[in-house]
Amino acid sequence: MKEPLLEVKGITKKFGNLLANNDVSFNVNKGEIVGLIGPNGAGKTTLFNCITGMYKTDGGQVFFRGRDITNMAPDRICKQGLTRTFQIVKTIKELTVRENVMTGAFLHTNRLKEAEEVADEILELTNLREKAEQPGNSLTIADRKRLEIARVLATRPEMLMLDEAMAGLNQTEIREAMELCLKIKREGITLLIVEHIMEAIMPISDRIVVLNAGEKLIEDKPDIVANNDEVIKAYLGEGYHAKSKKY
Amino acid sequence: MNKKKILFILLIVIALLPLAIKSNNFRHIMILFVLFAGLGEAWNIITGYAGQTSFGHAAFFGIGAYTSAVFVWKFGILPWYGLLAGGIIALVVASIVSYPAFKLSGHYFAIATLAIGEIILQVFVSWDYVAGATGIMIPMKERGLLNMQFHPRNKLAYFYIIFALFVFVLIITYLVESSKMGFYLKTIRESHEAARALGINTTRYKLYAMGISAFLTAILGGFYAQYVMYIDPFMVFPLSISMQIVLLTVLGGLGNIFGPIIGAAILIPLSQYTRIIFGGTGMGLDLIIFGLLVVVIACYQPHGLVGLIQNIRQKGVEEDERTPARG
Amino acid sequence: MVAQVITSGLLMGFIYALVAVGLTLTWGVLDIINFAHGEYLMLSMYTAFWLYSLLHLDPLISLPIAAFTLYIIGYLTYKLVVKKVINAPALVALLATFGLSLFFRNTAQFLFSPNSRFINESIVVDKKIELGTIIIGMPKLVASIGSIIMVFVIYYFIEKTRTGKAIKATAQDKATAQLMGINTEKIYALTFGISGAAAGIAGAFMSTFYSIYPESGLMYGLLAFVIVALGGFGNIMGALYGGLIIGLTEALGGYFLGTQFKYAIVFLIYLIVIQFKPKGLFGW
Repeated sequence: MKEPLLEVKGITKKFGNLLANNDVSFNVNKGEIVGLIGPNGAGKTTLFNCITGMYKTDGGQVFFRGRDITNMAPDRICKQGLTRTFQIVKTIKELTVRENVMTGAFLHTNRLKEAEEVADEILELTNLREKAEQPGNSLTIADRKRLEIARVLATRPEMLMLDEAMAGLNQTEIREAMELCLKIKREGITLLIVEHIMEAIMPISDRIVVLNAGEKLIEDKPDIVANNDEVIKAYLGEGYHAKSKKY
Repeated sequence: MNKKKILFILLIVIALLPLAIKSNNFRHIMILFVLFAGLGEAWNIITGYAGQTSFGHAAFFGIGAYTSAVFVWKFGILPWYGLLAGGIIALVVASIVSYPAFKLSGHYFAIATLAIGEIILQVFVSWDYVAGATGIMIPMKERGLLNMQFHPRNKLAYFYIIFALFVFVLIITYLVESSKMGFYLKTIRESHEAARALGINTTRYKLYAMGISAFLTAILGGFYAQYVMYIDPFMVFPLSISMQIVLLTVLGGLGNIFGPIIGAAILIPLSQYTRIIFGGTGMGLDLIIFGLLVVVIACYQPHGLVGLIQNIRQKGVEEDERTPARG
Repeated sequence: MVAQVITSGLLMGFIYALVAVGLTLTWGVLDIINFAHGEYLMLSMYTAFWLYSLLHLDPLISLPIAAFTLYIIGYLTYKLVVKKVINAPALVALLATFGLSLFFRNTAQFLFSPNSRFINESIVVDKKIELGTIIIGMPKLVASIGSIIMVFVIYYFIEKTRTGKAIKATAQDKATAQLMGINTEKIYALTFGISGAAAGIAGAFMSTFYSIYPESGLMYGLLAFVIVALGGFGNIMGALYGGLIIGLTEALGGYFLGTQFKYAIVFLIYLIVIQFKPKGLFGW
């Protein structure tokens, strides 16, 4: 059951003198949702970029399904079954919602019809079915974020990494996004999620990894992390401590 | 009406116009219009769809022109083979020079293509084998379709050859746009990172796009050489050819199959007729007016004429929807 | 002989640098490729020529007039054209400036004919300095010294003055600059004016030793693109070093491989450098 799908071992990344990631290690097990949290500038997005091959690392290794994928090209990593979304949505404006999702589906087929079928399945899963014919630029920000997820889901990943998929959404939309994450999990897809909104990430995660100033602070179950004095003091602040009692 | 139907009707109109209007001048302009529309379509593949701005397409146009000219002039080989060979050489050259250039992004890529175009121009100017700056006069052969040579007044024959080539370019463009590759190119244009996260090998697809684009551009260049019968490096390799292709496509609508057709339909007659009307002085009055019009169009219709048409159509649709609600 | 070639390459390099500084400013601040920049150079040369031919002004005396004229032309380029396309897709701005370059070039041809003209009376004309075996023509020497001074004046202006800092802030982040109370509209117009003036000064200097015709600025405009890309967009020191590299390459390439290849070599050097520094020597 505790079979590691993604193993991050001692990832280090420097930008000049700035140590953006320092010897970060953790595992993500098959079927889990792991939340990656930390204050602004903690190095979460950098870590995402290192894992998915967008940045060359300055040290450390990444294994996916036991295979070394360190510094592999992002498109090859995607073909291995590991992919991601971005903070800034990159919807193709003049394509319809369905066509946007098809761009992902083409990973496993060259045929238009097949890509369309896969896209429709994914649209069903992500509740975007009624909007299939709309152009990409007509969507609300919440739907665009959803479309981003739909698009990478169409590549049939084994594991998905979401970079702030809920930023800028209202309460209802956040709840819908949380449900989508759980739904994706039920599909058997493992998730690693970077998120700022604690109320959203804590309840859905099996485990939480906290980054601070480029280093891993702690890695544990959400309730333990939320009540960890070091985490609260170092970064979450008293405000969150009071709120977190709810969980 | 769907896109295919509109395109089909448009093509029939273009094909019939030179039959209806029997002026040789008009037919010459029609030939240039179709030629440049085709060049725009080819350029659109790499710049409009894949988002990589090329300012060096004259290089491929010139390679095509020179290959077909050299084939007839040096070896007496039929120009049709020259067209194909030119396309293939351009494809190979494009692959070799673009591979390093694809490391660059945005303006840096554009300036690199400009530099490549200028280098190739300089090479041809000093290359004795192809007669350097003197240029090549294509020898007269027996007239007919085989040799692609006709009576100089028989513009119609030339027109239908370039029209056929244009249809070929359009078919290829359409196949690219509506296939997996078209989807991939548009994804790359939007964001390289996002494309790679979808498993797209961006360099490979950009190379495909550049290769196809160069191949088609060179074929059209080959036709041009056979049509004008005399070429020199400054006729077929100058930056102004690259820029004219950019101009008409951006003017018509970037990344849209109708864009180059609309752009060429306006720019080519405009430049030709201003030349006929104002160019007699030899003082460049035609280009003054042409330049000014380009500025005005860019300032007041920044999304291309296709954008204008779409806006009008959208407004029409909105009004249609509103009308029953009122009733 | 090689020393002579290197000297003359460096001297041209400084002049190229000044032309490129003008281009790199508009490119860096507004993110717009100004295809009419080479034509600014040509217009300035004609300004110098007509002031000389009608009022018998030495180009070095009339230089401020040429600079001011081109400042106005640059300013108007922004106000009348660029302003309207600045929010349009990138290629549209290019389309507009390309149309403008056609307009300038052919207006010059229409008004002044395609013939080459020369200014053969100036305090620098026909004078030269001999340093051992190296002979330096006075017009070029004065032009390149003047160009270095102007490059540093502009550099100082951008880095040290209040207005210069506002230009830099606008280049980095327009929205934030506006929040800080910077009138970005004014800054854009000013940047275009300075850009024109830089080309104007370079053009006035060049008019003392270069033939003046409607296409005078064409090749220099192209070289300026390469220099700017070589140095990194918006980087003044980058433009200076880029200018020197291109000036040297052109001179040495022309000497060793034949003048017909000198521009091919220049473009080739750009392609090679950019392989190792994809954002230019000083870009990041």
